Amino acid sequence: MRVFLALLGRDLALAGRQGGESGLALLFFVLGAVLFPLGLGPDPGTLAGVGSGLLWVIALLAALLSLERLFRPDWEDGTLDLLAARPEPLVMVVLAKCAAHWLATGLPMAVIAPLLGSMLAVPGERLGLLAVSFLVGTPALTLIGAAGAALTLGARLGGVLTAILVLPLYIPVLIFGAAAAEGREGALALLAALALAALALAPAAAAAALRHAVEQ
Amino acid sequence: MARSLHRLANPGRFRRFAGRVLPWTAGLSAAAFTAGLWLALVDSPIDYQQKDSVRIMYVHVPAAWMALSTYAVMALASAGALIWRHPLAELAAKASAAPGACFTLIALVTGSLWGLPTWGTWWVWDARLTSVLVLLFLYIGYMALWRAFDDPRRAGRAAAVLALVGAVNLPVVKFSVDWWHTLHQPASVSRFGAPALDPAMLRPLLVMYAAFLFFWATVLLLRIRAELDERRLAALALQRSP
Repeated sequence: MRVFLALLGRDLALAGRQGGESGLALLFFVLGAVLFPLGLGPDPGTLAGVGSGLLWVIALLAALLSLERLFRPDWEDGTLDLLAARPEPLVMVVLAKCAAHWLATGLPMAVIAPLLGSMLAVPGERLGLLAVSFLVGTPALTLIGAAGAALTLGARLGGVLTAILVLPLYIPVLIFGAAAAEGREGALALLAALALAALALAPAAAAAALRHAVEQ
Repeated sequence: MARSLHRLANPGRFRRFAGRVLPWTAGLSAAAFTAGLWLALVDSPIDYQQKDSVRIMYVHVPAAWMALSTYAVMALASAGALIWRHPLAELAAKASAAPGACFTLIALVTGSLWGLPTWGTWWVWDARLTSVLVLLFLYIGYMALWRAFDDPRRAGRAAAVLALVGAVNLPVVKFSVDWWHTLHQPASVSRFGAPALDPAMLRPLLVMYAAFLFFWATVLLLRIRAELDERRLAALALQRSP
């Protein structure tokens, strides 16, 4: 637990200090949301119907952008080798890094999602639902993405490849996230189930992939 | 079973086994395709509602079954490669990907062609179609991951982990038509499974399925053999170079 917290604190500090890569992902999230009214036309009627779904799509892409920096810096400078040599299981390392990643990207996205939602003419009574769906769904994005990012460590075309591997696995999160944001019955429960399943399975896959990357 | 699988880890033994089995699977596949296509396209009755378009089923359904079971084989072989470091299991998983992607593509394309006369649209975003599309992307991602590393051992392990992660999609594809009534629109045309298929239609379907199965076995054995040859060539080239 001590190591977990130390890793979490370190990653959060890094996210805050190093020019803030997580800040850039958030900026992308905001910019993406701004692009759609310009492309679709500013008619509130059109936007209200698609707003929350659009925000979910942009959140997926923003999460994807930030994945590149999840393990790669540690892998490149050898930190990952040291962590792998420690007695603590790699799953714990993955969980700590995922928690830091979510606190630095998923949580802020959930906080500003209602703001962007109101810019996209999402009706006021659904803004709370939108934030809740983001709170529940974004951990799944981080966890599934961590498995993809760990698999592509050291690969040629790392970033594009991560996108190809991870986006198909994001599809269920997108479907239920957007449905939950619209208040569809049962969608929020299924979204939570997805996040929990990702929490149970993805760290193990990511840890196995990290182990292989380190042993190479 | 496990014992005989371990015996096949020896490349020479596998080569002899493949040499003996290949003519049979190839011949049976050709025979079953000939009989199955005749049964399906000429002999079987037309559907009173769908008319002749029902014949698409005899290609579409076996292809979809093969798409799923090929992924299951790929995932099992990947597990075997990760757990026992079985050298042939890794090759079997690698060799499964391209045929599996082709089966998935065939299922999607024929389904789309079938959808126009029966549903009135090429494509609907229902759960079954979406999850099969995801299956295709998983196959493509798996193949892309194999090619992304210089070290084949690293590529093999990463791809194996991906195959296992992607296996969560299999039950979703299988049960999507039963699960989705709560949220998504139900499939516009309920597939069979619950209603028994008429024997006159079931027989050609099963013959076509056998044809696909033997075809898959033939392609798989050929591809594993080619992969073995390739590795042997690489090893020989390494020995030659000083």
